[in-house]
Amino acid sequence: MAHMAMMNKTDEAKFDGRALVKFGLLAGVVATYVAVIGMIATFSQRQVVAGLLTLGQVLLVAPPLGMAYFSARKMAGESGGKILAAGASIGLLTTLPLIGLIILANNTNIRIMFVNISPQLVNILTFGQDSVFVGVLLLLVVLALASVAGAGLTLLPARWRQALVMGVASTLGIALMSELFVVILRERLGNNFVRLFFQSGVMRWYTAVGIFLIAFGFTLFWQWRGTQMRGRLQQFTAPRQKQVRWSGAGISGIILLILPWALGTFLSEVLNNVGLYILMGLGLNIAVGLAGLLDLGYVTNFAVGAYVTAVLTTTSQYGLGPIPFWLVIPIALLAAMLTGFVFALPVLRMRGDYLAIATLGFGEIIRVLVLSDWLASRIGGPQGILALQNPSIGNFFFARPEHFYYIILVACLAMLFVSVRLNNSRTGRQWMALREDEDVAAAMGIDTILTKLLAFTLSAAAGGVAGAIFAAKLGTVFPQSFNLFVSINVLSIIIIGGMGSIPGIVLGAFLLIGAPELLREFQEYRLLIYGALLIVVMLRRPEGLWPSATRRRELQDAMDLTSHLGVVHSEVISHGQSANPSRMD
Amino acid sequence: MALLEVNDIHAYYGNIHALKGVSLTVEKGEIVSLIGGNGAGKTTTLRTICGLLHPRGGNIQFDGEDLSRIPAHHLVGKGIAMVPEGRGIFAKLTVLANLELGAYTRNDKEGINEDLEKVFHLFPRLAERRTQVAGTLSGGEQQMLAMGRAMMSRPRLLLMDEPSMGLAPVLVDLIFATITDINKTGTTILLVEQNAHKALQVASRGYVLQTGEIRLSDTAVALQNNAEVRNLYLGIE
Ligand SMILES: Nc1ncnc2c1ncn2[C@@H]1O[C@H](COP(=O)(O)OP(=O)(O)O)[C@@H](O)[C@H]1O
Ligand SMILES: [Mg+2]
Repeated sequence: MAHMAMMNKTDEAKFDGRALVKFGLLAGVVATYVAVIGMIATFSQRQVVAGLLTLGQVLLVAPPLGMAYFSARKMAGESGGKILAAGASIGLLTTLPLIGLIILANNTNIRIMFVNISPQLVNILTFGQDSVFVGVLLLLVVLALASVAGAGLTLLPARWRQALVMGVASTLGIALMSELFVVILRERLGNNFVRLFFQSGVMRWYTAVGIFLIAFGFTLFWQWRGTQMRGRLQQFTAPRQKQVRWSGAGISGIILLILPWALGTFLSEVLNNVGLYILMGLGLNIAVGLAGLLDLGYVTNFAVGAYVTAVLTTTSQYGLGPIPFWLVIPIALLAAMLTGFVFALPVLRMRGDYLAIATLGFGEIIRVLVLSDWLASRIGGPQGILALQNPSIGNFFFARPEHFYYIILVACLAMLFVSVRLNNSRTGRQWMALREDEDVAAAMGIDTILTKLLAFTLSAAAGGVAGAIFAAKLGTVFPQSFNLFVSINVLSIIIIGGMGSIPGIVLGAFLLIGAPELLREFQEYRLLIYGALLIVVMLRRPEGLWPSATRRRELQDAMDLTSHLGVVHSEVISHGQSANPSRMD
Repeated sequence: MALLEVNDIHAYYGNIHALKGVSLTVEKGEIVSLIGGNGAGKTTTLRTICGLLHPRGGNIQFDGEDLSRIPAHHLVGKGIAMVPEGRGIFAKLTVLANLELGAYTRNDKEGINEDLEKVFHLFPRLAERRTQVAGTLSGGEQQMLAMGRAMMSRPRLLLMDEPSMGLAPVLVDLIFATITDINKTGTTILLVEQNAHKALQVASRGYVLQTGEIRLSDTAVALQNNAEVRNLYLGIE
């Protein structure tokens, strides 16, 4: 105890003036960096609130606000005034590198080197003021206020803070997707209604305030009543609870069924892509999340599934069929499994980094093969394969994204089912043992070679199905679609969502695949944002955004051990949590 | 016939000749201790016996059957269990899941539950913590878990690699007392230790391993009185 108290003290003492300067300048460097690479200018073209706020401005204030928040958290226990003052100084320090940038832009020819440091950028940074001096003052004030707000957040009681964050996040989220809302609302409620709340596709200020208040109020209400309501659900009799749960499932089911028609063609297409990545994420999760085999060549399975489908369903000269799509799916699945099996053979004895490098090579092999002259006479080489037949049932042809949505939905649900079952099975435990310690697993009597083969093979199956649907959906197959980025995307989804966590993978796919499709501004900076997100997640939430029960429990236990609550409490928690999985089956 | 017979085995890591003709026997019902300093080859001997490493020369007989070429995962079924060096528990799984993995090769649900109760009886602290994640157990509890997990396969021969390593003296006493208890229920034990003092107290016979070769072999009492052993491994002048 005494030891711990001492450690805490040194920890706090570390946050002094020097740390403050460090964090302030760090925020400044981040803000300057996003300005220099052109992100701020690009994002400024997107308005968040009509005439008031652009996305570029949000990006500008985010670093000092976030940094002030994290610094203030480290100062917990200090007086409020001190914390706010620290926040303000972080904001002011953030401005320093930006001011340097403005001076450079106005007095030198730096644009020759950094094409994005333009007069337009200076204009954004000085809020369009004619006088640079006034503009810089404004920048100082705005950033200081933002970071005071960030620091101030830590002073609020938790429920108010959560409500505020939810309010701002909802407003921002809806603002970013306002174009889509406008399209949907216009269809249903007419142009005049839309005009009332949006100005050429951008939220009016009172719309923003309204959304903020609704989200804010709802969060507060939920915190107030939510626990009560959940408590009441638990008091229900068992059959009544079942009823509630079934009706919940029924409503979700209906929503899933009508979703594409409510969202329209464009959003359905986005949803389809998200769905394909959920499918692949769940598949790769078997190898990476459950068995701990880092596979960087997942695109291989995707490509095999797609090309098998193309060759079997095309009416062009490469065709071997055409065979009905429903027969092709199991063939593509088996072909991918076979590929997974064959590629697994040479790497069975490799571990960790070596395995990752070898699998990375497999992805390249496939890319080279589909582009090669050697196979060009069979699969079209760089020209790809065109004219795939659409899947059909009787006289109905699957042609639009809204149609393919259902195929993808069924595939995802099937894969979800398989994943849940595998997770709780004897095979699942084999994989977990393998992931933890190969030698000990063998000493327990687990055939590690067979277990690995099974993981690679089953993991590949989902990739094959995803590839098959992908090919049918596009109606064509081109080698360019099968590059390293597919593998990276799938892996990032798993890491950011939470290794081994099924809901985490769904969340990850929406975040990494869905969000960038909706926000064109993000496209150009997609990889940068991926990288930043990966680093932040690794540093702050290494278990992922929505970790699996095992990982959460592990973290929970570790926290309990170091807390002063002692053993009794940790047992209550671990008992309570272990009750959950058993209730599921 | 001895339960385990190791005849002149040679084991290599790449070109490193780690075992240079090791021979030893373990009779049914015995505790035999294998002592030796750091890097003597104790762990390598155990890894070779349980199939994680295949010997390039010599052979290993278990209950009259040659084990030299049999892969590790088949040995559990034959009745050999291992408590690995540094415990080797599955840190992210619960205590219960660890124990269940120990019984991985078995299908008799009732027998497994019976043995689970036995393990919990042997180690009441594990019973209290059955839903806790193993990585958060204390060092002593992790050692108990590793031993309990090995017991879950109902082994005839239990191989233990330095069970006392890194434990507080009170716990060391407890672990050695448990080793004797396990032996009394009919399990034969080959015990690898650096703590020669304790290891020779519980054992009936012992071997001294030095740089991959058996240096001495005798009854435990005789080894405790051997001048060289007293000097090198017991720290008594
Ligand atoms: N994985 C390995 N690769 C190469 N050499 C190893 C490996 N493991 C052990 N050795 C070497 O084999 C010898 C015996 O090691 P080990 O059996 O672990 O000794 P002990 O368990 O008695 O401390 C040592 O010289 C050690 O350096
Ligand atoms: Mg050793």
